[in-house]
Amino acid sequence: MGALKFVGLRLAGAVLVLFLVALSTYAVFYLVPADPALQACGRPCTEQNLALARDFMGYGDPWWQQFLDFAGGIFTGRVFGSGATAITCDAPCFGYSFAQNTDVITLIGERLPVTASLAVGAAVLWLVTGVGAGVVAALRRGTAWDRLALASSVAGVSAPVYLVGLLGILVFGFTLDVVPVGGYVPFTTSPVDWAWRLLLPWAVLAFSHAAIYTRLTRTQMLDTLGEDYIRTARAKGLTETKVVGKHALRNVLLPVVTVFGVDLGTLLGGAVITERVFGLPGLGGLLIDAVGQRDLPLLLGCTLFAAFLIVTANVVVDLCYGALDPRARLS
Amino acid sequence: MSPSPPANGVRSSWTAVRSMLRQDRWALAGALTIALLALVAIGADVLTAIEGQDPYTYRTEALDPATGAPAGPLGGVSGDHWFGVEPLTGRDLFAIVVHGARTSFLIGLAATAVSVLLGVVLGAIAGYLGGAVDKLVTWTADVLLGFPYLVFMIALAAVVPGEVPRPLLLIVVIGFFGWPSIARIVRAQTLTLRNRGFVSAARSLGAGPGHVFRHELLPNLWGPIIVVSTLSIPGKIGTEAALSFLGLGIPPPTPSWGRAISAAIDWVATDPMFLVFPGAALFLATWAFNVLGDGLRDALDPRTAVLR
Repeated sequence: MGALKFVGLRLAGAVLVLFLVALSTYAVFYLVPADPALQACGRPCTEQNLALARDFMGYGDPWWQQFLDFAGGIFTGRVFGSGATAITCDAPCFGYSFAQNTDVITLIGERLPVTASLAVGAAVLWLVTGVGAGVVAALRRGTAWDRLALASSVAGVSAPVYLVGLLGILVFGFTLDVVPVGGYVPFTTSPVDWAWRLLLPWAVLAFSHAAIYTRLTRTQMLDTLGEDYIRTARAKGLTETKVVGKHALRNVLLPVVTVFGVDLGTLLGGAVITERVFGLPGLGGLLIDAVGQRDLPLLLGCTLFAAFLIVTANVVVDLCYGALDPRARLS
Repeated sequence: MSPSPPANGVRSSWTAVRSMLRQDRWALAGALTIALLALVAIGADVLTAIEGQDPYTYRTEALDPATGAPAGPLGGVSGDHWFGVEPLTGRDLFAIVVHGARTSFLIGLAATAVSVLLGVVLGAIAGYLGGAVDKLVTWTADVLLGFPYLVFMIALAAVVPGEVPRPLLLIVVIGFFGWPSIARIVRAQTLTLRNRGFVSAARSLGAGPGHVFRHELLPNLWGPIIVVSTLSIPGKIGTEAALSFLGLGIPPPTPSWGRAISAAIDWVATDPMFLVFPGAALFLATWAFNVLGDGLRDALDPRTAVLR
């Protein structure tokens, strides 16, 4: 099977999953008896006004018709209402937030840099520290280092990110007063300030995630170090650094990549909470605003975007797998 | 008359668990912590009655009138208020924490029960019947694992009307999103068991699928089921706390650790004990289930045991 065909099949599967997520989310949201037009109907909300608002927002149709309108809007754009008061939402239109008078994709695009800054920085940090600690623990198996790595990884798995975040603020922000607490400076304004202010959020998010990598790396490393090919590598006189760094680590990284993909995809959920703790104006804040205003199009847009991240991460993992492990390319 | 499996799975599991608890001090500590917290949750009313407080009454006399912060050191810890009081309201923090244990355990355990029930039934059906049913279940599980469940739950909590009882909603939704990982494990186990001699023997003696499931498969599935459910409880307790933290979980005034921690954000600098007590309780609960789960896995599922 050609590599192109493999990529094509994975992409088709990803699009199908996204479609199903959108469909089921749509069905659940609109089967729940919450009338979004009530919010926009104005006061006094007469029957007539309500019908007008419903019609304008496109909520008058059955839910499957609405879903088709939504799906069509992605390719052709949508127009709500008609005449001078009409609102156009250009393709690709992922819905229109009537509460904020902006289309959903613009709102998400405005907030994305903050969340991406948080996520990418934290991911680099936890990957390096988690895998590093796992390798050290495996090589020093049974020593105090090993026990420390295992104990702190259980602590990291158990402590919720907001708890670690608040304790971090308490200790490093207020008591020791070494890092700034909260506030966001765009990278383009000042890269130094950007990193300095994100340092604590990165560390907090990384601590909660690194734990699982430490355990995974340690277990895999112990397994791999017992393999014949490692003995061969040692027997032919390679340095320990080469044996571990080149021969063992490559095998260890396979399951790490899988978990990393899943984590990156679901990071948006964790970021919602981290952003709330540190007051960062990212996608999490947007989602919480949408909750407060019962902004259904925006809620749907955020859910879909989160699903998009997960599905994309999974595809990337599959492709990385092929690059890391030649055996995976064949099947 | 049915041929019995080679070993009684339930009894041998218990023996393995007992010897594990004797040897693994961490797992024993976890088990004792869970027992203690469960007793606290069950006896929350008794404990607060001994203290002479309840989690709902406002006690503004325990506050510093100028700032709204608790009067006295350590967030107002005293003989009357063992963990101090909540800022602005003066509600007793010990009462909030012990009643919060009730909320966390109720949601965590009930949601796990929902996940396990769905996961075991669907996983066993998929593994035993195979074919199109297997494909459908595996595929649904795959799609659900790609579902942004926390974001979806946040959105869902916003649109579901207030008449639906929140605890029920949380249990059903958190429980529902937990079944795929359990179904995967049960399916894999069932696949290997399906063609074993004792299962074929029962089948050829005319046992129906229901009988085979209850008497032949289930006794051999208990080990992995116990391990995976124990390890999934902390995640569910954490999800409830996270939703409550965001103001979308159990509505006030019912005490919840997540909501207490959320309220502590504004008081971290002035009254850190308001964060420490509910935070420590939440951490202890999730930590205890994690270390016990690890120990159980070492004892019951040696293939995935952590090498020491």
